[in-house]
Amino acid sequence: MGFYFAQLLTGLANASSLFLIACGLSIIFGVTRIVNFAHGSFYMVGAYLAYTLVTTLPAGIFGFWFSVIAAALIVGVVGLIIEVTILRRIYHAPELFQLVATFGVVLIFQDGVLAIWGAEDLLGPRAPGLDRAVRIMGEPIPEYDLALILIGPLVLAGIWLLFHRTRWGVLVRAATQDRDMVDALGVNQAWLFSGVFVLGAALAGLGGALQIPREAASLQMDLSVIGEAFVVVVIGGMGSVAGAFVAAVLISVLNAFAILIFPQISIVLPFVVMAVVLIVRPYGLFGKPGSEHGGAAEPEQPLRLMSSQGAMVLAALVFALALSPAVVSEFSSILLVDVMVATLFAVSLHFMMGLGGMVSFGHAAYFGVGAYAAAMTVSFLGFGMLPAMAAGPLAAAAAALFFGWFCVRLSGVYLAMLTLAAAQILWGVVFQWQDVTGGDDGILGVWPPEWASDDRVFFYVAFVACIGGIWLLRRVAHAPFGYGLRGIRDSELRAEALGMDVKLHQWMGFALAGAFAGLAGAVFAFSKGSVFPDALSIAQSVDGLMMVLLGGIHALAGPIFGAGVFVLIEDWVSRLDYWRFIFGAIILVVVLLAPDGVAGGVERLLRVLGLRRGDAA
Amino acid sequence: MLEVVNLTARYGRAQILNGVTLTLAQHEVVALLGRNGAGKTTTMKCIMGLVEKKAGEIRYDGRSLMKLPPHMICRVGLGYVPEERRIFPDLTVEENLEVGRRPPRADAPEWTEDHLFELFPNLAERRRNLGKQLSGGEQQMLTIARTLMGNPRAVLLDEPSEGIAPVIVEQMAKVITELKNEGLSVLLSEQNLHFARAVSDRAIIIEKGALRFEGSFAELDDRPEISQQYLAV
Ligand SMILES: Nc1ncnc2c1ncn2[C@@H]1O[C@H](COP(=O)(O)OP(=O)(O)OP(=O)(O)O)[C@@H](O)[C@H]1O
Ligand SMILES: [Mg+2]
Repeated sequence: MGFYFAQLLTGLANASSLFLIACGLSIIFGVTRIVNFAHGSFYMVGAYLAYTLVTTLPAGIFGFWFSVIAAALIVGVVGLIIEVTILRRIYHAPELFQLVATFGVVLIFQDGVLAIWGAEDLLGPRAPGLDRAVRIMGEPIPEYDLALILIGPLVLAGIWLLFHRTRWGVLVRAATQDRDMVDALGVNQAWLFSGVFVLGAALAGLGGALQIPREAASLQMDLSVIGEAFVVVVIGGMGSVAGAFVAAVLISVLNAFAILIFPQISIVLPFVVMAVVLIVRPYGLFGKPGSEHGGAAEPEQPLRLMSSQGAMVLAALVFALALSPAVVSEFSSILLVDVMVATLFAVSLHFMMGLGGMVSFGHAAYFGVGAYAAAMTVSFLGFGMLPAMAAGPLAAAAAALFFGWFCVRLSGVYLAMLTLAAAQILWGVVFQWQDVTGGDDGILGVWPPEWASDDRVFFYVAFVACIGGIWLLRRVAHAPFGYGLRGIRDSELRAEALGMDVKLHQWMGFALAGAFAGLAGAVFAFSKGSVFPDALSIAQSVDGLMMVLLGGIHALAGPIFGAGVFVLIEDWVSRLDYWRFIFGAIILVVVLLAPDGVAGGVERLLRVLGLRRGDAA
Repeated sequence: MLEVVNLTARYGRAQILNGVTLTLAQHEVVALLGRNGAGKTTTMKCIMGLVEKKAGEIRYDGRSLMKLPPHMICRVGLGYVPEERRIFPDLTVEENLEVGRRPPRADAPEWTEDHLFELFPNLAERRRNLGKQLSGGEQQMLTIARTLMGNPRAVLLDEPSEGIAPVIVEQMAKVITELKNEGLSVLLSEQNLHFARAVSDRAIIIEKGALRFEGSFAELDDRPEISQQYLAV
């Protein structure tokens, strides 16, 4: 009995840390509608700063707690700088474009922390005065855990008072309900938003700082915590602080007991819980459907079709690509295969996001399923490359049909989060199911057959598969099915009134996008000769998102630009030291210069140069 | 005090205002009349800085408002009461008022919460209720009270009589008269000619985003074809 109680207390202590990170994320989203990928970075920086302060200041109770608070405050200031210099300029950009910016910040922080604190994990000292364990029902419980268990509810109470008992809090709550109205009542929201961002960042920093007596500060802290923090925010209902608390407790306590029964479940458990909650309650436990006046009020722009000039440029590019093996080095032709795979992946994601209005944070799931299906067809069934390349998209379509059925019942960020959950669950299965998937070791030896083993021949195989896939998707986009998807994106009600089966249509769109991602995955598997769980990772999903959003979600050519630019720049900078920093900085520059994406930026450049007549907008 | 000259505006490609011109003097109540979709709300939103694509000129005490964001326009002394009772549904009545509160101004009457609760006794009883728990008429009063908390000199009042019970419309008319007596100017958007006539000094009629008539109610009565053509009577 005592053992289980101890386990419960451990769960509650973890819940407090998780709550601190998640509530900041939730508050920021609730007010600014920004999905802040950089929140994990704030957490990480908080931990490192606290480590430095604690180890420099004289040891003692005062020194420790001063360090923790100071670290949180410094992170708050860092948040302020980011908000004022970057985010404030792009609140009016298309929804989710801010996400690209926060991703750039993640990259910059990763290398910034590496440069300042080095690659070694740093374990802080125990908290003075709380460094022993007390026996509760015969089990030793760290005193520090008990302190954390207290801190969580205290912070919750503090936030509640701030939001309900101060004018600032009332204004913030009003702004989450109707931004324009708050503006018209004389409130400068710019500073309201900054304040909220600072508060959220400081809370994440506090979470990180409080973690140092329990866990070493490491360079992986940021991304390892962000997934779970998102889950907590979504389960609780985005924007709900109390919801975040309940969800953090739910996840942490469930986890504390689940690992006793089935240790492998630990990495996927949060995502399974999120999936279940979202299926039952589409807006989380305490969430509400977004208010009509809440978000950036601008109506969705229509999707731009390509001008004849653009189409000609594209045709010329494809033609040049087809001839490229004759002139470029073998190395470059491998790189070009990477570009084509990434482009097909991005176009398939754009198909569901841009055309279908269904944002996915987990598109890598179908890429990975396609890659694994192809690899397994070769290594287990002994089939050749072509059947394997057919198996990839089929398996991905099957997975997309399964998960899509649940996802299309949601919308907006909740839909995106459920796709993320689906991807994480699949990733967990692949990662843990050693016997079938090889787990971490992946599947090796997935090479093309003799006739296609030359890189140049394989280039054409990839060319046919990828360019063919992209062409097919574009055909669908211009077919009645594609118009239907766009109609639903623009107005679900109107589409329904016209007698369309909206959910079925979206479901099919989801499956189609998954199938083509699977095709990209299959080509990928053969081009690398192996598949690892990374193919389904959050990082792979985020790469796809970045390509689509950087390219410009409102243009059909967007993902093509985005993928090309992304892969080429990544290939170029990844040979440099601190390439993440450079890459992140490039992303931020693009975001600030072209808030409508690269495609929009190129178009504006052409217009400025007088090469294209713009409409007067 | 408020001058709008040749205002044009559009949403995306659709041109909604095609040159609206109007003035609002101190202590004056002007009715902005027109059918559904005539552009009354859009005119008010433009004045308040809530429509981005606009051209022409909007001046307040000689100062251009064209480039100012909504919160700066509010701070010069213009209050905006939107149509459709856009209260904050999850805030209490008191909190809704708090959002509107601004420091007192030398050139405008000062409103306190107590004074407003006297003017709107229904709200006083429900001060701790959430906005969404109020009836339609109570919500309409709350939007007005909330704007008055900002101590404006002039108020843009968008269809206050829309969709509320006749008793409350009467109460609304009293409130507008009270505002005028306190020294405020009111630009009142209306479809209800009788209500507008009861409280306003003169009328402006727009249709398809352009000015069709300007003058006193007596002049309007002399030309029945105007009301026939541009108003739903
Ligand atoms: N956000 C918007 N996007 C596109 N068109 C709009 C938008 N808001 C209003 N319109 C259009 O602008 C025109 C004028 O609308 P407005 O709301 O200004 O009319 P109104 O005179 O206030 O009408 P009502 O008496 O019904 O309130 C209408 O045709 C309307 O359809
Ligand atoms: Mg109107």
